[in-house]
Amino acid sequence: MSSRLQNILVPIIAVLLGVLVGTIIMIISGFDAVAGFVALWDGAFGESYFTGETVRQITPYILAGLAVAFAFRTGLFNIGVEGQLIVGWLAAVWVGVAFDLPKIIHLPLAVLAAAAAGAFWAFIPGFLKAKYRVHEVIVTIMLNYTALHITNYIIRTVLSEKSDRTESIAETASLRSPFFESLTDYSRMHWGIVIALICVFIMWFILERTTRGFELKAVGFNQHASDYAGMNVKRNIILSMVISGAFAGLAGAMEGLGTFGYASIKGGFTGVGFDGIAVALLGANSPIGIVLAAILFGSLKVGALNMPLQAGVPNELVDIIIALIVFFVASSYLIRLIIKRFSKKGVK
Amino acid sequence: MKKRKIGFALSLALAAGTILGACGSSNEEGEGTKTDGNSEEKAFSVAMVTDVGGVDDKSFNQSAWEGIQAFGDENGLDKGKGGYDYLQSQSDADYATNLNNLTRQDFNLVFGVGYLMEGSITEIAKQQKDASYAIIDGVVEEPNVASILFKEQEAAFLAGVAAAHATKGDKIGFIGGQEIPVIERFEAGFLAGVQAVNPDLKVEVNYSGAFDKAELGQSIASKMYSSGIDVIFHAAGGTGNGLFKEARDLKKKDPSRELWAIGVDSDQTAEGVVDIEGKKHNIIMTSALKRVDNAVIDIATKAKNGEFPGGETTVYSLAEEGVGLAPLNDELSNKADVEAAVKEWTDKIKNGDLTIPETLDELTTFKAE
Repeated sequence: MSSRLQNILVPIIAVLLGVLVGTIIMIISGFDAVAGFVALWDGAFGESYFTGETVRQITPYILAGLAVAFAFRTGLFNIGVEGQLIVGWLAAVWVGVAFDLPKIIHLPLAVLAAAAAGAFWAFIPGFLKAKYRVHEVIVTIMLNYTALHITNYIIRTVLSEKSDRTESIAETASLRSPFFESLTDYSRMHWGIVIALICVFIMWFILERTTRGFELKAVGFNQHASDYAGMNVKRNIILSMVISGAFAGLAGAMEGLGTFGYASIKGGFTGVGFDGIAVALLGANSPIGIVLAAILFGSLKVGALNMPLQAGVPNELVDIIIALIVFFVASSYLIRLIIKRFSKKGVK
Repeated sequence: MKKRKIGFALSLALAAGTILGACGSSNEEGEGTKTDGNSEEKAFSVAMVTDVGGVDDKSFNQSAWEGIQAFGDENGLDKGKGGYDYLQSQSDADYATNLNNLTRQDFNLVFGVGYLMEGSITEIAKQQKDASYAIIDGVVEEPNVASILFKEQEAAFLAGVAAAHATKGDKIGFIGGQEIPVIERFEAGFLAGVQAVNPDLKVEVNYSGAFDKAELGQSIASKMYSSGIDVIFHAAGGTGNGLFKEARDLKKKDPSRELWAIGVDSDQTAEGVVDIEGKKHNIIMTSALKRVDNAVIDIATKAKNGEFPGGETTVYSLAEEGVGLAPLNDELSNKADVEAAVKEWTDKIKNGDLTIPETLDELTTFKAE
């Protein structure tokens, strides 16, 4: 069996296994599994409103997944997507609140500010890694907390007067559109999905069609060989983190300019950045795979909210299923082994 | 062939019946007063959306849910669609989805529990003009939203009075959740209460920054207790459970030590039980009650009777038992004194002789006479 086919099969089998074990758990706990899944489906796609909300949830997932995957392709673990997302969110809202410009300038400016802020936040661990060999996992995790508390402080003192949220952004900076609102019965779906899909293309283009992308991947495969081949490893590490951070910052812009339209003080992380790790993992770090994985996770997350009401199944169950899927993807070695067994039998 | 036609006609008739039936019921909904008499035909259904704390947070959300359950029992409703239910939010982004979902399931009145839902309700109320909403701890100025506020400062003031009388040291602790207006009311009231009894007492104030981080609450409480503070009041939702855990642990280690925690929102006595060699102790002195449950029942009943206070803000205070102080712990050595003091101040507030400061700014000019 070709490795390419295997790369596609493993995530699919992981998803099926996750759903299967989830079903078993539901049955053992005495819930109606069929009703549970029907409620899940209805909650994600049952009405145009829910479909709109699902797309809304998918949008930042795609970007967060791209952020994790891009760094990963260069051999870096960007665990700091969450932090980069939060600073991107704040930067987008800041521009959205502070300026009074025509939409054609204001909206792109706010989006770019988010990308720049996320890129800057990711530049720090990239620089430390390249220059001083500080492991990026540790720095990015710590920067998540730094981002959380700094943005909370700025929202409280600079962007508002001791309030827990900023003003709403100007209409000219909003990604929302009356068109989507009427199409999906007032869901919070917004134009960000287009930005996300453009970014999917950008990632594919950089990695597959440019020399720089080739270098980035080469550094990911083998730093020493790349160095020997005359590539600037340090610069590539920093560049990879910066691009990754820009994607993460854009994910924040989706929340700030689309979903919420403001930034508020957070007691904890949004979780989108961490879910991005799971999205990238399930999507096998490939642009198309990430889109599919984001669609799956986004629908699961939004659909789950409907489960307690319609089927009496606690929505934590979906968290279990997602965790199981991640578990099975991570243990893909096992799945590969089984596929090998079966395909060998077929040959005989 | 014929049979099929009959079947088709039958299903058509049925479908028409259902559609017409649906029309009928939605008409009735519009004029809430008319449905009053025959509640069996068309029950008044209520639902709520929790914030990230969840309905078992032993505090705010739980209290609201208890109110909804009580309302359901009173009116013979079942849990589920058409009766009473709740949806839990797992992140800030879920508020709008949940509120919208409940409206789509035709719940007559949907409660948003917590200040954090203000933005979502404002937006949705504009879109769903026929639905009714109520927000607890926030104000939304829309004709189809009832806003519910509490005078937390009055309950916190009494807690402060009790704490100041009970302490043996010169410092008292306060743990807040996030620095939002609701918690500021608690803080201002508590500080005023302590100050009213003994102006020399110091109150150490610490905000944990979250309502769902028990481990943070515990580490803050640990620091406070080890610095010689013997009474700590929390207004931090689930974070406060860490305070109780620390107090229980310390009591277990040294049963002779006198230390107290003061609960919030509901009577949290059950959280303070410590079993030491067969003898039961309790480290919870009292709780500053915020009767979210009463408010929920009150607003739901009004709405059911066609008196829904849409566009208005209802403030629940000590006078109408919207807030108050839970019974004091029997282990308190000077319980009678504390009780008397609390009673005295309660009367003063109820008479209107004393206005408790709502903000820290007001506190600076506050004088208890």
